[in-house]
Amino acid sequence: MRHKLLDIAEQSSLREEPLNFAVGDTVDVHNRILEGNKERIQVFSGVVIARRGQGTGESFTVRRVVAGEGVERTFPLNTPKLAKVEVKRHGRVRRAKLFYLRDRTGKATRLRERKSKPWEVDPNAKKK
Amino acid sequence: MPVGLLGKKVGMTQVYNDDGVVVTVTVIEAGPCVVTQVRTVDRDGYDAVQLGFGDKPRRLASRAARGHVADISGRRQKERAAAGVEAAAKPGCEPKSFVREFRCEDASHGMEVGQSLAADVVAGWKYLDVIATSKGRGHAGVMKRHNFSGQRATHGVKRVHRHGGSIGQSADPARVLRGTRMPGRYGGKRITVRNLKVVRADAENNMLLVEGAVPGPNGGYVVLRHSAKNRG
Repeated sequence: MRHKLLDIAEQSSLREEPLNFAVGDTVDVHNRILEGNKERIQVFSGVVIARRGQGTGESFTVRRVVAGEGVERTFPLNTPKLAKVEVKRHGRVRRAKLFYLRDRTGKATRLRERKSKPWEVDPNAKKK
Repeated sequence: MPVGLLGKKVGMTQVYNDDGVVVTVTVIEAGPCVVTQVRTVDRDGYDAVQLGFGDKPRRLASRAARGHVADISGRRQKERAAAGVEAAAKPGCEPKSFVREFRCEDASHGMEVGQSLAADVVAGWKYLDVIATSKGRGHAGVMKRHNFSGQRATHGVKRVHRHGGSIGQSADPARVLRGTRMPGRYGGKRITVRNLKVVRADAENNMLLVEGAVPGPNGGYVVLRHSAKNRG
């Protein structure tokens, strides 16, 4: 069992509002990067293929194909450098880790779209 | 001035600091500690403060341990009282499972028996020394114990891949030099790790975060003292 002090210690480093996305979602990850002393936001978009870990160590992996080459980036979930994660599309998936996408190319990498679950809809978002 | 603190290693995790950089920390349950005895030059020949941490069930504590923390009426006590011997001050707490002394240069520490110390005594300290018993590894080979490189996996090496190789010369000196590193008992020894940075001291939860690793298993007792070499 996890000691309660570990949770207390991690409390301040956890994200205040949890990021709302699931494995299989196509997302835009907004990442703050420091150039000299100017901060700028870099967007990495792709499919979430894995989410692992717990507490402050939790992370997720996003995969995209750039110029025919597969690129994967793993982000720590709770880092303050992560500005936001925007969900573009929900994908219908049947497993927690989508490593099988690595072996596929082109059309075979598509995921069937699914509707948003009630808790995935941001109530503050404006209706289009 | 607080002398030190006793605690229990809880485990390791990581937190983000103000710059958004991950810091690897060890979580220590530090305190509450009770001052169980104050040693003085007059009576004991040296100045020190004795702290106790963690309650020990009375049924498991020896009579001596119970009598150390509270008055237990007994024949000897009555005899001493009758003879006019002044009774030592008692903290009046439960028997403690972990008791250690902290040496002081003089009696100016201002601590009294029965006083309780929490994790915030560490708040003004930037660096800590942590003393604990390391994990026992039993009889270990030279690769684990002394970081030897071992031998090759191939090229004719037979059954000696994790051996240390030669332990000395031949007819001169015709003996193994003293102190030659060999397999043997490893771990389970008192280890002091100096200059661990204090990341956070939380008196409310009796929690202390120090940067880096601390010897011993999770749940092991640790002694915390103000860094001896880096008090900046």
